[in-house]
Amino acid sequence: MTVEVLMPALSPTMEEGTLSRWLVKEGDEVKSGDVIAEIETDKATMEVEAVDEGRVGKILVEEGSEGVKVNAVIAVLLEEGEDESALKDAGKAKKESKSSDEPSESKKNGKDDGDDSDADEDADSAGKSTSGRSSKDAGKGKDPKRSSSKSDGSRLKASPLAKRMAQLEGLDLSDLEGSGPNGRIVKRDVEAALKGGAPKAAAKDAAPETKAAPAKSEPGKISVASLNLEEGTYEVVPLDGMRKTIARRMTASFRDVPHFPLNIDLELDALLKLRSELNAKAPEGVKVSVNDMLIRACALALTSVPESNASYTDEGLVLHKHADVAVAVAIDGGLITPVIKKAETKGLAKIASEMKDLAARARERKLKPEEFQGGTFSISNLGMMGIKSFASIINEPQGMILSIGAGEKRPVVKNDALAIATVMTVTLTCDHRVVDGAVGAKFLAALKPLVEDPVTMLL
Amino acid sequence: MADSQFDLIVIGGGPGGYVAAIRASQLGMKTAVVEREHLGGICLNWGCIPTKALLRTSDIYHLFQRAEEFGLKAEKVSFDIEAIVKRSRKVAGRLSGGVGGLLKKNKVTVIDGEAKLEKGSKAPKVVVKGKDGKSATYEAKHVILATGARARTIPAAGLEPDGKTIWTYKEAMVPEAMPASILVIGSGAIGMEFASFYSTLGAKVTVVEMVDRILPAEDEEISQFAKKSFEKQGLKIITKAQVEKLETGKAGAKATIKVDGKSEVIEVEKVILAIGITGNVENLGLEALGVKIERGHVVTDGYGATGVSGLYAIGDVTGAPWLAHKASHEGVICVEKIAGLDVHPMDKSNIPGCTYCHPQIASVGLTEAKAKEAGHEVRVGRFPFVGNGKAIALGEDQGLIKTVFDKKTGELLGAHMIGAEVTELIQGYVVARQLETTEAELMHTIFAHPTLSEMMHESVLDAYGRALHY
Repeated sequence: MTVEVLMPALSPTMEEGTLSRWLVKEGDEVKSGDVIAEIETDKATMEVEAVDEGRVGKILVEEGSEGVKVNAVIAVLLEEGEDESALKDAGKAKKESKSSDEPSESKKNGKDDGDDSDADEDADSAGKSTSGRSSKDAGKGKDPKRSSSKSDGSRLKASPLAKRMAQLEGLDLSDLEGSGPNGRIVKRDVEAALKGGAPKAAAKDAAPETKAAPAKSEPGKISVASLNLEEGTYEVVPLDGMRKTIARRMTASFRDVPHFPLNIDLELDALLKLRSELNAKAPEGVKVSVNDMLIRACALALTSVPESNASYTDEGLVLHKHADVAVAVAIDGGLITPVIKKAETKGLAKIASEMKDLAARARERKLKPEEFQGGTFSISNLGMMGIKSFASIINEPQGMILSIGAGEKRPVVKNDALAIATVMTVTLTCDHRVVDGAVGAKFLAALKPLVEDPVTMLL
Repeated sequence: MADSQFDLIVIGGGPGGYVAAIRASQLGMKTAVVEREHLGGICLNWGCIPTKALLRTSDIYHLFQRAEEFGLKAEKVSFDIEAIVKRSRKVAGRLSGGVGGLLKKNKVTVIDGEAKLEKGSKAPKVVVKGKDGKSATYEAKHVILATGARARTIPAAGLEPDGKTIWTYKEAMVPEAMPASILVIGSGAIGMEFASFYSTLGAKVTVVEMVDRILPAEDEEISQFAKKSFEKQGLKIITKAQVEKLETGKAGAKATIKVDGKSEVIEVEKVILAIGITGNVENLGLEALGVKIERGHVVTDGYGATGVSGLYAIGDVTGAPWLAHKASHEGVICVEKIAGLDVHPMDKSNIPGCTYCHPQIASVGLTEAKAKEAGHEVRVGRFPFVGNGKAIALGEDQGLIKTVFDKKTGELLGAHMIGAEVTELIQGYVVARQLETTEAELMHTIFAHPTLSEMMHESVLDAYGRALHY
């Protein structure tokens, strides 16, 4: 029996990825655990390990291939004693498994067997809110049915004409719900989408609201031509997975989350002093940054104001028991938010070393999905770049994000006299659905003494 | 009355009505069909089927006359019109009985009699006057009107059948003797089929058409091709002609035709009226219920709903195209919608049209002119029968397959055919359209050799400058 190597899912929601590199070639012997390929998703590069041992019989997906569906066969391993003739059967087996998959997929997507799968889908999307579906589906968070129809990695079902029309118009068919048999996307769906309306899916059990919600809220695609630029005055950088994800998630958040900012000034002199003392006495290799101290301060503030460490869902407010602090890290071509899990339980030295490791691997795009997904709160720091204050966009489904400006010497009034202090302005953007103004203020009120009297954060 | 309560009552047992009833029964509805005359409707009894039986005779007769060409000897070939009609009636009778069997098998109750609707609570009540003159009232949650249509007449111009000299399709189907000359008024599918039948059997046939070409619903190229073929066979075709007066006498009829401002008198033995169809909307109590009727047809939405609670209409009574397969499909859509299934309104551009004259004509989708009118930039492919081996072997080398594609998307906008067996070929393109294939899939489809269907491939290839055999 030949062994099929399948495109792995790097996260529960991954649907497709880029097969960036093969580390083996046809004919190579591999052992279980050998790294055989590298896969790139919108956020990370991951290594694919061989699960079985054998000889690489055939590589079916060339390196550099984009949009490789999860569970697609990417290579076939030959077991001991098998030769290339076994590959013929492998190909056949592959075809068979494909076709036998289809009905079940269509059931998952389709409306006919709606009841069971719908229940699953609803539970799935509600439970994870948008966090679990972060990479691909956040932008369409309102329509769990539609997003989940693809999250199982199922084949996109569309008529040749629908595909052709979508290609000509630059429309992404994966955003559409098909109204043809078994959810097949047909001409009328593409036409409806191009008109800007929702596809006229006449799903019998799709409640009207789930039908009405989708495509309308998704703005039409923006073409280069629509910018009316003179030929030769620009170049177009293709959108990579990360850029697409940023565009989708930020657009959705800014559009769907009622957000508001709260500003507060924090004096930093004591914190800076404590930091240099700590670093002077720290063991070799440990260097605590202001950011690391702010991570800990925020984690403690979140713990002391538990209602602020929360996410909104339609089923209820989700109060997180731990402060998982995501930190925006700028990397080549975008940014990523590695997460310090349970930061309230971690000391500064631990936070500092974790952060150093995460940031380094983030820049190489080597983070594992679980390392950048699922934070409960975010910090974005542009202070080192001299920004005085700014308001970030909520990182759904988190309830708050703290934007940190530059620490600078400013005149302050102390005991009715002018004095000089190192001050930084921080801005807390809150999701009003879950964090009201007073709750946000309470969080900042808890944060301020931790920063200004930093000894307290060492407790 | 326990038996008077149904989930669905269908009024009319034609191809729309009986198919709707069977589908309803499949979906678990307690269903009844009310039929006043004969199950199977016009289609089975006085339309599609018996005419095909007649045309089969004329085709064979035509081949007999070409016997020598095929190396055969057939001398003193003649026909017996009575026997021809008898066979046609037998075919119709056999199928009509078949429909009764199908309904029985599907547990559909058949109520004989003429239905009339009365106001009900959720749906209109159905009062059926039986052949014995007694009336019974039936109730159902849903009522579908499938009463069909009949030949249109214009009494003011004398365009009214008398059953002797001036015929509609019905009399034309059961001639007692072979007329020497016939005037066919109207060159649609019905007119041309009868013209073809009678002409082949030796009658002198004249066809008059109001607009500038015959078979006006077809692509213009096909119309022209058809006209030439018919004229070669000896038919006289007068287009842009209006019948001003139609008088009957002992010997036959005298028609005054106005062409290009000049009047012309044509004397013939028989006249066949084929000037259109009008819906059977009368005596059903529709006006009292407030059913909207426009130009002799019931107005419905894409699912057959009439706007009156619980009342639907399908098939010919709802308007063009007056085709059995359209009626059946509408019936299925209507019933599935009632049952709450996931259905879409019918895409009328996917209804194939077939005319069984000689040569046959078949089409689906937009004509080249209509496609351009709709704003498409088109690519047109053509392939003539003379380039096809099977056609030549059959001795049927006259014909054309034309395809119209959207230049941009490669959508098969329409297909138009004339020639032998094209009515059987068209379905390939209908499936292609339904599945929304583009030229690419059609080009990659393997067509069996040697078949007439290879021309369908070649026509597609030709649209992209890639025809192989011509």
